[in-house]
Amino acid sequence: MFARTERRMLRVAGGLALGFVLVFAGAATAVLLAHAGGSGAPLFDAYTWRVAQFTLMQATLSTLLSIMLAIPVARALARQRTFPGRVWILRLSVVPLGLPALVAALGIIEIWGRQGLVNDLLRLGGLESPVSVYGLAGILIAHVFFNLPLAARFLLAALDRIPPEYWLTSANLGMGSGATFRLIEWPVIRRVLPGIAGLVFMLCAASFTVVLTLGGGPAATTIEVAIYQALRFDFDPERAVLLSGLQIAVTAVLIWLLSLFGRPPEEGMTAGRDIRRFDGRGRRLSDGLILSVFTLYIAAPLAATLTSGLAADFGRLALDPLLHRALMTSLAISFASACLSVAIALPIVLVPRLAKAGDAGMATRLMARALPATGSLILLVPPVVVATGWFLMLRTFGETGRFAPAIITIINALMALPFVVRVLEPAYSTHLSRTARLALSLGVTGMHRLRWVDWPALKKPFLTAFAFAMALSLGDLSAVAIFGAEGFATLPWLLFSRMASYRTADAAGIALILGVICLLLTLPSTATERPTERSGPDE
Amino acid sequence: MNDAAIRLKDVTVRFEEKRLAFDCTIPTGSAVAVAGPSGAGKSTLFNVIAGFQKPASGSVALIGEDMAGRDPAERPVSIIFQDNNLFAHLTIADNVALGIHPGLKLDTAARQSVFAALSRVGLGGYERRLPGSLSGGERQRVALARALVRRRPILLLDEPFAALDPAMRADMARLLSELRAETKSTMLFITHQPDDIRRLADSVIFLEAGVILLDEPARDFLSRREPSTIAKFLGHSAL
Repeated sequence: MFARTERRMLRVAGGLALGFVLVFAGAATAVLLAHAGGSGAPLFDAYTWRVAQFTLMQATLSTLLSIMLAIPVARALARQRTFPGRVWILRLSVVPLGLPALVAALGIIEIWGRQGLVNDLLRLGGLESPVSVYGLAGILIAHVFFNLPLAARFLLAALDRIPPEYWLTSANLGMGSGATFRLIEWPVIRRVLPGIAGLVFMLCAASFTVVLTLGGGPAATTIEVAIYQALRFDFDPERAVLLSGLQIAVTAVLIWLLSLFGRPPEEGMTAGRDIRRFDGRGRRLSDGLILSVFTLYIAAPLAATLTSGLAADFGRLALDPLLHRALMTSLAISFASACLSVAIALPIVLVPRLAKAGDAGMATRLMARALPATGSLILLVPPVVVATGWFLMLRTFGETGRFAPAIITIINALMALPFVVRVLEPAYSTHLSRTARLALSLGVTGMHRLRWVDWPALKKPFLTAFAFAMALSLGDLSAVAIFGAEGFATLPWLLFSRMASYRTADAAGIALILGVICLLLTLPSTATERPTERSGPDE
Repeated sequence: MNDAAIRLKDVTVRFEEKRLAFDCTIPTGSAVAVAGPSGAGKSTLFNVIAGFQKPASGSVALIGEDMAGRDPAERPVSIIFQDNNLFAHLTIADNVALGIHPGLKLDTAARQSVFAALSRVGLGGYERRLPGSLSGGERQRVALARALVRRRPILLLDEPFAALDPAMRADMARLLSELRAETKSTMLFITHQPDDIRRLADSVIFLEAGVILLDEPARDFLSRREPSTIAKFLGHSAL
């Protein structure tokens, strides 16, 4: 549903986006392949094998834990619909999504670390040897922190889509909790579980920052972190290339498996629907307990980040020129990468619609097929791998730090792309179904359409997507870890180096600044979210 | 030759397994009701005329000109849908003004004509309001006001009364026939109600399974007892 000139513009934009992403990712891959060809090094040694094993093992455990804990949390939230603070628990469960992994890791260390609250309690309880937050335990704690709320939200959305009459019927028939679970809840959960588990597994298998900060030594290292170590500590490009190949192979298999399991879950909360759960009455106590533990688990690291951050010497931090420079660098890079991400996302969303018209040409149809795949290319070739390819390529042109801002901007934009597309796609879909024919019949096209029809209606999803892309880039440590150089630092990189040199007070202050900026960007859009359920424009 | 406002010649449209075929001539200035069971192709017929649907074969001529390759806005057609005729975020006046300039650049005379059109449909004073604060019938009248300022010789109405209660239907029909008398435009409307045909139509096109089953004066159509699909449509089957 586009006018002639709009179709031409879209085809050009689609070609540009496709070409840009393919050249950028393709060049990185080509360099990696060329390097691999030149090496006669032994392929799979014991170390590589152990790293690969650990990557999959920690991802499996993280997924199992997150899902198994999310089911009781989601059930409790679905059952108890009116207690005070319910909406705050829901809001709290969004926070980990918008929080940079590094900031969360710092908060988790505050709570679960040697000097943390948990070990204090254990010592009070008479336990001598403290729990160590470094190694597998810490990685699992952090991955559950991120993915338990995510899984619980998806499950709750699925449970809320159950027709309200089911609950009336089950109460009428006198079903107990066990029967309700088996006959009503489980069939719904089972349908969405593979998609949720697949998503969580993907996120954990490609987790970089958490493993970098909480993983300990060669015994607890994932492939992505091993690439970073090979490149930046051992100066062993051959190994980095080999590990990159391994990472691509692993993610390729995972994506393939995920496609067999079916689509990623839908979130859309069914707003405003009146669900009455009679089975919630007898379970107030146990549900209250479950939700209290959940709330504590998520809120404690956040509170710790806040309190230790506030204790930092902000007067000194405010005068720190390094912090100023890192803040400006981070803001500039994240702004540019959010712009780029949205610019690439638009043709990805719109060109496939062009191809739906019967008379679309061969080139348009090919582009419509290829573009959505480009949008998720970064899932197949993770940021660290792309960065490694470009690092090896640019090394031959001298100091890699010079190119760092541009490369990091592009990589961050590609990282945000799957999210941006997921926000814009449904918004455009509803918008076009309401206005496309009308705008076309009135001849409101091109710039007029952008100004009078599209922008006023799509402002909100656009800003949401932009803010998410910006927050993602602000919190990213992976690309900068490969490209970080003398005299060039982003906010997360500065935070990471302060943590590494045990300047904990400074680190806590920087973490608070970073966390607050990211939450300011992401929370406004999620707090009021009512996706797909907005009332129509003419109602 | 200018007697035909709409001339569809051997037009075919293909969907996955369905094939629709239209061939008809509609004289200038007439009011034609388009009826038929759902899925018969009524909306597709409109989409072909308005330019939303490209025919697989055949030709579409409007006011004597071939329409091949013309975008919807470049055709001598105004179309009013069942709903979503107005942009929810624009004021009533802006929604009408879009019919004059797609970028809302209006001179004083044009602005005057927007006000005139709105008061002609009985909505004077509504200029600054948003569509959400109007009733369904009022919103349809705003769409009519926009069609007035666009001055296109052909007006397509895709079930314009479907969302209205009986009293509002009658008002709307009266307004439509007055406007048609004033503007001398050719008017096609899709309807499921014999009453609408009685009030407004000179002739009726009845579609079934993607083809034009009948094309005859409204009087003849309304007195039909067969075939059974038409008898059913007219509510005679119980007799």
